[in-house]
Amino acid sequence: MIDIRIQATDFDPGHQIGRLEQLVAGSVASVTVAAVASDEVTEIHVDHYPALARNVLAAIGAEAEARFGLAGIILIHRHGPLLPGERIAFAAAAAAETGVAFEACGYLIDALRDRAPFWLRETLGDGSVRWR
Amino acid sequence: MPLDLLYFGALRDRLGRDAERVDPPSHVVTVGDLLGWLAGRDGAYRDALAEPSRIHAAVEGQPTGHEGSIFGAREVALFPPPGAL
Repeated sequence: MIDIRIQATDFDPGHQIGRLEQLVAGSVASVTVAAVASDEVTEIHVDHYPALARNVLAAIGAEAEARFGLAGIILIHRHGPLLPGERIAFAAAAAAETGVAFEACGYLIDALRDRAPFWLRETLGDGSVRWR
Repeated sequence: MPLDLLYFGALRDRLGRDAERVDPPSHVVTVGDLLGWLAGRDGAYRDALAEPSRIHAAVEGQPTGHEGSIFGAREVALFPPPGAL
C-alpha cells in the first residue's frame, strides 16, 4: 500500500501511524517534519507544482517499496499558508523488520527533502519576503 | 508550436510572472536550448537564468534534465531546486 497525499490541511500523525499498524506488518516507523523558521518569520507559504509533486512523490514511494520490500508507505506534504512550527510533511513505513522500517523512513524523508517540488516563501515581520 | 511555460518558487518572483506562452524557434529542442533561448530574450531572463545549474525543469509534469527533449511538448515548468524541508 502506497498512500500519497498533497494537501493544504493539517494531518494527524497518530491516525496515519494507526493506518499502517492495521497492516500488521510488524514494525512502523515515521517522521513528522515541522516548518521551522527564525523568529522574524511571521508566515510561511509552501509553493508547489501539483502535477509534478504527484509524480515525484509517487516515484519516491514506488522506489522505497521496491528497495525495502515494505508492506505500507504513507507520504504527506502540505502546501499553501502555514504558521512557523506547523506540521509540513510526514513519512511512514511499515515493514516486517524494525531496522528496515527505520531505514526506509529515512530514505523517504531524505528523498522528499531532495526531490519533492515544494518551495518556501517566508514573510518577515517587516513585510518583506524571502525564498528558501 | 506554442509552448506553455510555468515558473515556480523564487524564479517566478524574479521573472514577475507565473506562466507565459512562447513560440521558440525550431532549433530549440532541449531544456538546455530553451534556457539559452530564454536568457537571450532580455535582461530579466538573463539575470533570472544566470545559473542554469540552479534551474530544474519538468516536461509535461515529469522531472527532466537539461538534456531532455521538449520536442512536441505543450508544457514545460522551470523552477529552483526544492527547498521546503
